[in-house]
Amino acid sequence: MSKTAKSLAVAGAVAAALTAASTMPAAAGTKEKCYGVSLAGQNDCAAGPGTTCAGTSTVDYQGNAWTLVDAGTCADIDLPDLADGGHRNGSLEPIERDLPA
Amino acid sequence: MLDTAAFKSLPNAPGVGYKAQHFAQIMEHPDPVQWLEVHAENYMGDGGRPLAQLRHLAERFAMSVHGVGLSIGGEGPLDLEHLARLKHLVSWLNPASFSEHLAWSTHDSHFYNDLLPLPYTKATLGRISDHIDQLQEAIGRPILLENPSSYLAFAESTWSEPEFLAEISNRTGCGLLLDVNNVFVSATNLDFSPQGYIDAFALEKVGEIHLGGHDEDQDEQGRPLLIDSHGHEVVDPVWALLDYTLERSGPKPVLIEWDNDVPEWPVLAAEAERAAFALDNLPQTVAVPA
Amino acid sequence: MTQSLLEKAQDDGLATHVVQADFTRALMDAGQQVPAGLVDQNGVAAGRRFDVYRNNVAVSLTEAMHSAFPVVAKLLGKENMDGLAGLFLRAHPPTTPLMMFYGAEFPAFLKGIAQLNHLGYLGDVARLELALRHAYHAADATPIAAEALGALPTDALLAATVTLAPAVQLLRSSWPVHAIWRFNTDDGAAKPLGEAQAVLITRPEFDPIPQVLSPAEAEWIQALIEGLSIGEALERAGAIEADFDLGNPLTLLLQGGALTGLNQKG
Repeated sequence: MSKTAKSLAVAGAVAAALTAASTMPAAAGTKEKCYGVSLAGQNDCAAGPGTTCAGTSTVDYQGNAWTLVDAGTCADIDLPDLADGGHRNGSLEPIERDLPA
Repeated sequence: MLDTAAFKSLPNAPGVGYKAQHFAQIMEHPDPVQWLEVHAENYMGDGGRPLAQLRHLAERFAMSVHGVGLSIGGEGPLDLEHLARLKHLVSWLNPASFSEHLAWSTHDSHFYNDLLPLPYTKATLGRISDHIDQLQEAIGRPILLENPSSYLAFAESTWSEPEFLAEISNRTGCGLLLDVNNVFVSATNLDFSPQGYIDAFALEKVGEIHLGGHDEDQDEQGRPLLIDSHGHEVVDPVWALLDYTLERSGPKPVLIEWDNDVPEWPVLAAEAERAAFALDNLPQTVAVPA
Repeated sequence: MTQSLLEKAQDDGLATHVVQADFTRALMDAGQQVPAGLVDQNGVAAGRRFDVYRNNVAVSLTEAMHSAFPVVAKLLGKENMDGLAGLFLRAHPPTTPLMMFYGAEFPAFLKGIAQLNHLGYLGDVARLELALRHAYHAADATPIAAEALGALPTDALLAATVTLAPAVQLLRSSWPVHAIWRFNTDDGAAKPLGEAQAVLITRPEFDPIPQVLSPAEAEWIQALIEGLSIGEALERAGAIEADFDLGNPLTLLLQGGALTGLNQKG
């Protein structure tokens, strides 16, 4: 592209952007569309719900004790693995087989 | 600095712990709430909605900043970066009151997000007094120090909690924040008289009272173990303990704390209404401190 | 009360000085013994009463992780997220009292969990959620009037650099990270397709807005972030897409209040 043509293209793009920007996008006009960020990570001085559960399981620092169970929306997302080109399903099959029919 | 000269002190009236989801209702229908408390650490971002809301609130209400992260009771030195953040917040907001806890939460650069207990000994008395001196020097004003909820005791303690707090106040000039629910929780958990605790407390040093709801659990011997969850209405025995306290202390700023399962505004306002009733119905014989 | 407690504890050999290093070790690992010297009202070892503190820390930090990473939590489900949070909070306890920024190490942590290898996008979704939070708390900035751009001759405009608002964040992923995020936040959003996506986050007022950019658009904004001129950034974007048009990304920046300075050379 010649320098002049490039300048013209840029001038046109800037003009178009100025026009487009004078109307706000739908997402920006929506009040309180904050996807939970407003409430994330609040400090407070309250205690938890009791003495049991989360705090009292013994800790396996190697992480071997943690087992992925079938739950969540990742099972609905079916994406090819872009990193190695292979195709993998997001559902969690090993556990799914154990679920009652 | 915001022009908050109209709010030099907290009124002897009900306040609530501020939650962002109540912003619109508080601005429209605050009654009977006359002042608000915020947790300092939630307003240490660089900008955005939290700070914008805080500026709006501070133009209308007396504000109390309540720190939950300085770890005054920590063995190590105070976190100077955090001290600087507190100084910055207090200097631009110029709140009517600043308070922190008789507790620790940071050790060896890790923050545990809970108010952890400490023994009451000569050694901890000296350390905490030094930390409070340092804090008050940094923010340029006296603080209020709050009594904790206790789930256990330290065998090495040689001071009772009310005496310990009174001595810290004597040494540092700080005031005290009396959490009446914490007294009730600790008294139940450690089997002492909550009224006896109030009787021993330096009520003339109290600049603010806290109330909140608690959970009920049991220890392994089946004895009651109350948990300071701030997830319910204040229970009747705690309201009664508030009356007992106010009869002896005279009117004070009274705050409702509700941090877990935060209800709709009218529920919180109703709790504040009950605090207003307690403040409005003090016996005439109360000797009100000047 | 206190004195008799102390005497009883001393008789029992329990009046040990509790140091905070021992307290925190037991706090984060229920396999560790409760430090001697922590007692009940009768001077007997505290036992389960110590679990209140263990629970407070674990529950409060687990809840912080859920509210900080709601889309990761939705993708994995509550049970999986609870378990991961339990591992994470012990591997990476907060290092400042500002819970609003907790979880910075979570994307890298997710990559290290072998059982999640088949969900390669999780780390980038966590990065997007962190970026949204940073945008939410970023410093306020006043955008330039859009007309300032139109008022400059094209040559001067191409030679100018821009200052972007502190809230502006750019993420480039080899996964459809924006589509995955939308699929879990907007009812009725389309299922993600297998494509790489770049995301621009702006904060026109108080709410961060993530929007998809093409690879060339992302390159143009990346170059601007690096401090290159509008024209130099155009060259970089043109190397990716020959007929690159800056109209769309410029519109997004203007609508997002993201341009806070237009700096002419010389």
